[in-house]
Amino acid sequence: MIDKKWIGHELPASVLPIERSRLQFFAKAIGETDPVYTDAAAARDAGYRDLPAPPTFLFAAELDSGAAFRLIEDLQIPIAKLLHGEQSFSYHRPACVGDTVTVRSKISDIYDKKNGALEFVVKTSRATNQREELVAEMRSVLVCRH
Amino acid sequence: MTASTYDTVAVGDTLPPLQLPPVDRTTLALFAGASGDHNAIHVDLDVARRAGMPDVFAQGMLGMAWLGRLITGWAPQSRLRQFDARFQGITHLGNAMRCSGRVVEKLEHHGERCVRIELQSANQFGQTKIVGEALVALP
Repeated sequence: MIDKKWIGHELPASVLPIERSRLQFFAKAIGETDPVYTDAAAARDAGYRDLPAPPTFLFAAELDSGAAFRLIEDLQIPIAKLLHGEQSFSYHRPACVGDTVTVRSKISDIYDKKNGALEFVVKTSRATNQREELVAEMRSVLVCRH
Repeated sequence: MTASTYDTVAVGDTLPPLQLPPVDRTTLALFAGASGDHNAIHVDLDVARRAGMPDVFAQGMLGMAWLGRLITGWAPQSRLRQFDARFQGITHLGNAMRCSGRVVEKLEHHGERCVRIELQSANQFGQTKIVGEALVALP
């Protein structure tokens, strides 16, 4: 069983600089062909300062920093039993090339179903930019399947 | 891009669907690098087999990113307020995902006129892998 002592645990902040080549790579990886996501001039025409990070991109912050993997280790969830159950984003303002986004997360709940056969870990996050403005809120539900 | 406005959109309207090519190993490798999800279970057959899987399989967030393309292909991302996904099944190699969306509600949210869109990602066998929802503000 995942120790419920982790409820309330705060992960170390993860800092994600929004970089042009990374966004272009991400666009290629997901097959995005809208020039708003690869061409700065098209992005500016669409009203952005520069290329915007696509809707799910900020999930990279805690992967890049290693915080996401460290959490799995801390909670002692075997990676083979781990599933991503749910993911939510609430958007407040765009994150564009040149911004630096900081994601701060905490574990807001841990519970189980089916007499412990399924365990759930809920992580809530706030993403802010270099001006301390709220960019997005995120919520992840991780599932450990026994 | 469709110039959708609050007044011209009706409950029941569907978004232009997004048909993806079959998932292959190259796609998974590229997404591992681009997304930062370096979990080897998605790119290394030996690791996947040791974990009891028949083969590597797609990252959940790849499927959600495709649903994101469905939304931003219909309305500018600057209008996207909320985006939720529930991962219901594993997307396997060879699965050709089709992302679809349907307007299910017109509502006011924090003083903005919005539509709620029901999202779905299903493979060529009709198996649903992700269901979700988006809230989009319309002019």
